[in-house]
Amino acid sequence: MHRQLSADISWSRVLDRGPALDVYHLTAHECRRLLTEGEASSEELTRLFLNRIAGADRQVQAFLHVAEEEALAQARVADAKSPEERRPWEGVPIALKDALCTKGMETTCGSRILKGYIPPYDGTVVRLLRDAGLVILGKLNMDEFAMGSSTENSAYQVTRNPWDLDRVPGGSSGGSAAAVAAAETPWSLGSDTGGSIRQPASLCGVVGMKPTYGAVSRWGLIAYASSLDQIGPLARTVQDAAALLSLIAVRDPLDQTSLGLPRPLRVPGIVQEGVSADALAGQERSASAVPTPAPDDPLSLKGIRFGYIKEYLGDICEPGVQRAFANNLETIESLGGTCVEVSLPSVKQAVAAYCIIAQAECSANLARFDGVRYGYRATDAADLLEMYTRTRGEGFGAEVKRRIVIGTYVLSSGHYDTHYTQAQRMRTVIIRDFQQAFSGVDLLMSPTSPTVAFRLGERMADPLAMYLSDLCTSPVNLAGLPGLSMPGGFADGLPVGLQIIGPHFSEQLMLDAAYAVEQALNVSVRPAPVAGGAVDGAAAADAEVTP
Amino acid sequence: MISREEVEHMARLARLRLEETEVESLQDELSRVMEYVGCLRELDLAGVPVTVNAVNVSNIFRPDDEGPCLSREEVFANAPAVERGHFLVPRIG
Repeated sequence: MHRQLSADISWSRVLDRGPALDVYHLTAHECRRLLTEGEASSEELTRLFLNRIAGADRQVQAFLHVAEEEALAQARVADAKSPEERRPWEGVPIALKDALCTKGMETTCGSRILKGYIPPYDGTVVRLLRDAGLVILGKLNMDEFAMGSSTENSAYQVTRNPWDLDRVPGGSSGGSAAAVAAAETPWSLGSDTGGSIRQPASLCGVVGMKPTYGAVSRWGLIAYASSLDQIGPLARTVQDAAALLSLIAVRDPLDQTSLGLPRPLRVPGIVQEGVSADALAGQERSASAVPTPAPDDPLSLKGIRFGYIKEYLGDICEPGVQRAFANNLETIESLGGTCVEVSLPSVKQAVAAYCIIAQAECSANLARFDGVRYGYRATDAADLLEMYTRTRGEGFGAEVKRRIVIGTYVLSSGHYDTHYTQAQRMRTVIIRDFQQAFSGVDLLMSPTSPTVAFRLGERMADPLAMYLSDLCTSPVNLAGLPGLSMPGGFADGLPVGLQIIGPHFSEQLMLDAAYAVEQALNVSVRPAPVAGGAVDGAAAADAEVTP
Repeated sequence: MISREEVEHMARLARLRLEETEVESLQDELSRVMEYVGCLRELDLAGVPVTVNAVNVSNIFRPDDEGPCLSREEVFANAPAVERGHFLVPRIG
């Protein structure tokens, strides 16, 4: 029996109206509906999630910082407006990975070296969310500097998987995934360098999307590997993920690699009329005025060609993952999609190329943490050099040091060509393989992670085993492609993720397809933990661990 | 096998003080990781161009205009040590 949270919390008591509803049903779209129809105020919703955090997060440990006062103040601003004045998502709560700079709110990136750092500016995505009127509940735990696949590399706390508290939530956006899975927030933002949104989304049973490289501005995202990093949404439904991406996918002059999306995103499955018309939030910011037309039947996959990646079949994935994936293929075919096997021979070497490129870039990016301008500084250093080396030696954790040393090694004289240049060439080969694959299919599919959530501590002693957690996801970053993970089923009671990969800027097609699959599978709204039903009474806000 | 001296050299280049035990474990871990990524060295990729950025954009310029920027107070607010409008550091060299 897994250790689980009880699914509890009667929010009728909090809202003091209507029938008891399960907190898990409070998707961002449902929050928005309650606000629009006057059934709840933003303050009530915000308090509800703050209460949920106060109860459940003692076990889950997803939040590094809860911004209670700021959140309530923001909620009251939203509530003071008339429904006509209010922007579409104004008053809906959200939480952010701690890699995103939030003006006036501590931002540590999970590292001791940034303890107490208060950014003087908002990252672009944070500014966009504030402009849209969202209520920021707080900052979420992560592997230090986004380096890891379990969130165990955080300098502050160990986040637990809401499906089984003895297991990891994945990483590096483990706090972002666990908080959504535990209904401590309707949705969140994470960042993905080699799978850091998709793998934790998979392990926690939520939807997570890494957009095309350049779709979202990286300004104010504390950099890990700049040619791979991309910010993206985590949510409990495909619709929520689509809506959140539409809010942040904007071309930004502050990030020269940012392009935005060629067309505004349409939220799948929502008829574009009446109240739902402004589901197109962010439309005014896009290059083109209109989204691609909706499919005639949002529940059908007719005419879409899917390729399942041969190299990820078989023993590479554990049996439960293989079974769930096979079941997903059947579902796709039953919806009218065609599935063919596609080979991507280079993915076998992709993790190696990823290791070299990501760690080379990290060693350069983390040079800025020198104890001069911000963050931790070692005391009583005799001179500047000693201050640098001790600040960094004491401020960085073991995995960060490991990656800086590896990155320095592959960039150093004598190793640059054999390792770094070779990895960059391999990157071209991987891109060509994907291009070849997309000449025959519209979308690619694979399991997101070869395994379900592993036990806490299980891979900490073996860096290579941890790096292989990103086996199915890191090639996507190397090619700059969009990748999405959605709940595909369960194995031994733990979530299994289905990964969908598309060509550059095919986010709309991916989300439309994911929506159809989601509706057919009907697993997204299944609450973690499994125990259902609202528990009455105010004390229910305190989640209990069941044996 | 990566030598102890190589690990120490990398740490010096990266301005990273390592404890004795860290040098030992890094020697072992770095060796294993480099052995794993060694599979790339055997591939014949001569003539394949390198990729720096998978979504090619180039020459993204902006007008060279003055704009708002952070105040000195905001910039210095996070600094460990400041004196008379400068970042203060220990003796250099």
